[in-house]
Amino acid sequence: MTPLVEVENLSVNFVTRESDVRAVNGVSFTMMPGEVMCMLGESGSGKSVTMRALMRLLPPKRSVITGSIRIAGQDVLAMNDATLRRMRGNSVSMIFQEPMTAFDPVVSVGDQIAEVVALHRGVSHRAGRQRALDLFDLVRIPSAQRRLDAYPHELSGGLRQRAMIALALSCEPKLLLADEPTTALDATVQIQVLILLRRLQQEMGMSVIFVTHDLGVAAEIADRVAVMYAGRVVETGPVRDLLRNPQHPYTAGLLASTVHDQPRDQDLKTIPGAPPDMRRLPPGCSFAPRCPLAGADCDAGMPPPVSPAPGRIVRCLRVSAPQVEFA
Amino acid sequence: MAMTSFAVEEHDERDRGGPQQPLLTVTDLKKHFAIRGGILGRVTAQVRAVDGVSFVVRKGETLGIVGESGCGKSTVARLLMRLIVPDAGEQIFDGEAVGERGGISVAEMRRQVQMVFQDSASSLNPRMPVQNSIAFGPIAFGTPRAEAIGMARELLVKVGLNPALFGGRYPHELSGGQKQRINIARALALKPRMIILDEAVSALDKSVEAQVLNLLQALKRDLNLTYIFISHDLGVVRWISDRVLVMYLGEVVEIGPADELYNAPKHPYTSALLASRPALDPDNRREEAPVSGDPPNPINPPSGCRFHTRCPHVEAVCSAKAPMLGHGDHGAHLAACHMQDPTSGHSQAVRH
Amino acid sequence: MSTAVSDAARPGAPTGATELALPKQRGYWGNVGYRLRYDPVTLCFGGLLLLIILAAIFSPWLAPFDPYQESIIRRLKPPGFQGRYWLGTDELGRDMLSRLLYGGRITLTMGIVPVFIATLIGGGLGVVAGFAGGVVNMIIMRVTDVFYAFPSVLLAVAISGAMGGGAGNGMIALTLVFIPPLCRVAETATSQVRNLDFVDAARATGAPLRLVLWHHVLGNVLGPVLIYASSLVSVGIILASGLSFLGLGVKPPEPDWGLMLNALRQAIYVSPLVCAMPGIAILLTSISMNMVSDGLRSAMDVRS
Repeated sequence: MTPLVEVENLSVNFVTRESDVRAVNGVSFTMMPGEVMCMLGESGSGKSVTMRALMRLLPPKRSVITGSIRIAGQDVLAMNDATLRRMRGNSVSMIFQEPMTAFDPVVSVGDQIAEVVALHRGVSHRAGRQRALDLFDLVRIPSAQRRLDAYPHELSGGLRQRAMIALALSCEPKLLLADEPTTALDATVQIQVLILLRRLQQEMGMSVIFVTHDLGVAAEIADRVAVMYAGRVVETGPVRDLLRNPQHPYTAGLLASTVHDQPRDQDLKTIPGAPPDMRRLPPGCSFAPRCPLAGADCDAGMPPPVSPAPGRIVRCLRVSAPQVEFA
Repeated sequence: MAMTSFAVEEHDERDRGGPQQPLLTVTDLKKHFAIRGGILGRVTAQVRAVDGVSFVVRKGETLGIVGESGCGKSTVARLLMRLIVPDAGEQIFDGEAVGERGGISVAEMRRQVQMVFQDSASSLNPRMPVQNSIAFGPIAFGTPRAEAIGMARELLVKVGLNPALFGGRYPHELSGGQKQRINIARALALKPRMIILDEAVSALDKSVEAQVLNLLQALKRDLNLTYIFISHDLGVVRWISDRVLVMYLGEVVEIGPADELYNAPKHPYTSALLASRPALDPDNRREEAPVSGDPPNPINPPSGCRFHTRCPHVEAVCSAKAPMLGHGDHGAHLAACHMQDPTSGHSQAVRH
Repeated sequence: MSTAVSDAARPGAPTGATELALPKQRGYWGNVGYRLRYDPVTLCFGGLLLLIILAAIFSPWLAPFDPYQESIIRRLKPPGFQGRYWLGTDELGRDMLSRLLYGGRITLTMGIVPVFIATLIGGGLGVVAGFAGGVVNMIIMRVTDVFYAFPSVLLAVAISGAMGGGAGNGMIALTLVFIPPLCRVAETATSQVRNLDFVDAARATGAPLRLVLWHHVLGNVLGPVLIYASSLVSVGIILASGLSFLGLGVKPPEPDWGLMLNALRQAIYVSPLVCAMPGIAILLTSISMNMVSDGLRSAMDVRS
């Protein structure tokens, strides 16, 4: 099987007059068709920027992208505008944290979906409406017929998110990029949307890259997890192995500091300090200043990727395993 | 550095009614926001943001308030601080009614109760060095400026920030976690007895959240504080709270000791909330969402029990009659559900 | 800004145990000044504006000739005439350079004074409306809305026309024109600031309202109002010139740029270069004013 997504040594720099923010520093990963990968990281770790780079949604004047991105065998960074537009509509689509931003507030959601379908498939508006109705049923919006005529602001948060998923799925993408789509939702609604996304992914067989800061969400939906820190993927692996047996000290610290039924009379375990300033990254491992295992050797350079088990890659000098050669 | 000015002796002379008297008693707190429409600005609907909320906070405990967006938990916080004026309800602070004749004034109450907001960025004045923001309260109450700044720098040490390094900085020069520490220091500046924490750690990254939670616990021990901790994060609330209050659409649906409430929830909504938490175990994923749909709009909430539109155990009595929370002594585990009331007529009601 | 390396978990343990080099502390305005110093465009136009203002102030010493001295024989001479009339002469034979220098005094005054007064009145009203809200807000804002309904040029012409021309009445008219927009800007800024948590946090300390307003609201409203006001100065200069052009502002033979433009208009085919002079003066002044207020806006943005 050939990979659907191949990202190699991707770097994104945001250049302004005063500073040079290195948001992503050499991210490499591959994804098979039908896989769900979670990009897990804190704010500023570069997870959203990586995702936007895949769609080439970053402002072209201020961002410098290097490395290579191939989706379904096509070089995304070399695409011209027309090819890029086709890719965005047909093979890759994206959902966001705040669905209000994805919809035009003055057109009913049904018409908006119909329009997209009509545009991409070359069918009539009426056929597009029919497809929109099917999609609303697919994402399990109750009384779908009536909701097609609703304006975005008339829908509740959960329904709006379902409508955005319907819009994203309208052209049956091979790859769905989801940028914290459940973060703004209430707990009882978040689990509904997560279960829905999981079901749709299985039924349609698409691949999903799911950006989140929440370990629990990753545990619910991911096949594989890539943990990002300071613009780098510090650890990847199958979700079970990674959560049960984290290898990188950052992953371990993140798991330990997530509040989840710890005894109340003890302090929580924490990772001391704060993430680094992305304008002045330390020369070596960017986690070294906060790492309990750090030594002088950690400052020499970013640790090379090693593979302690099949399918797992860690970038830490303290993990003893054979080094990985990237193709 | 001397920290005597913030240390609290075994006996707190601000304590008037003794340890048994609750620090805060709230009875039947109500706030309805009018929605105006049309050219004449007539009231077209009422948002029943807080609709008859009562609870007691004892000295030295942490009361957690959980609920989803729109349940009124943040409105409760602002009502308690009188940043919004309640429509009805009684608020008694250490035996004295707030804002009533014979009680204490709102200004006096505010000196003793402080608040930390969710958005660490917008809750600090962008044009003020952070130590001046901390010192603002004491200066407003007549502490000489130099002394107040000195106190502010002492507080910076207390919240784990080096005053020489951070005191003169502006909010935009700090990270989210550091800003929230400043907000906590500001809340401490007037030496309050109670702090209301409104989603105080929700916007922070997980690794920083744990640091701030530990800090809050340590401060509570050192300074003899009482907390009301408002959050949508059930895990965090369980860790920090002695007792937990669950709100749904402006009403209290369940209240009780934290462990008891988490281990054996009595209200179906609380069960649903707990069951909606992601499992943190890929082999034990949730297959079925515990409830469907979104929380209804607090404008014209459902009749009877407000949860009946989403409840798996709904029966005719639920939409006909609103269940009562009932009364119990402090530490009682109560739920406003017909299934808890043997006389309600609900088929699954508990039998005594 | 130095890196936030440490954020110790325990209270009582100060962070930054490794004492980082202390960043130089400047006040808020110190920071604004610092940023302005590294903005060459704003500095250039600021310098130009300063030159124009200084030239206007010191015009009696700088002007080579009496600006009112007419001469029939040297009318509409081109720049450099006789090596002494550097910018040529106007339709009555008066020296252009001298008239432009003297005219700067009148034109700049007409541009700046109304904006200054309107900032005090309109800004004050706006802050009151924004913070008080409710009925007070409604009354103040509805009244300003009435003024808003007219185009500013029309309003200025109507008011000064009704009051009967003259520089003083022109300034009053301009002041009245500028009050509503400044009031609106101040109101918007105030109601935005008022809803931020730090104002609530300050109220929650129990501090008296005037202290909350003074320390937390006013400082944050001042920036946007000042920036807007500085951009209005160029509008004021153009409107004042317009009034004079229509014969409603300054009366001849006073040297005002707008008035000069009006008088020279008939000679545009005889001596186009001379005719353009007052226009160029207006253009340069208003462009530099706009550039300076633009630079000020980016320098005052705290997050940059």
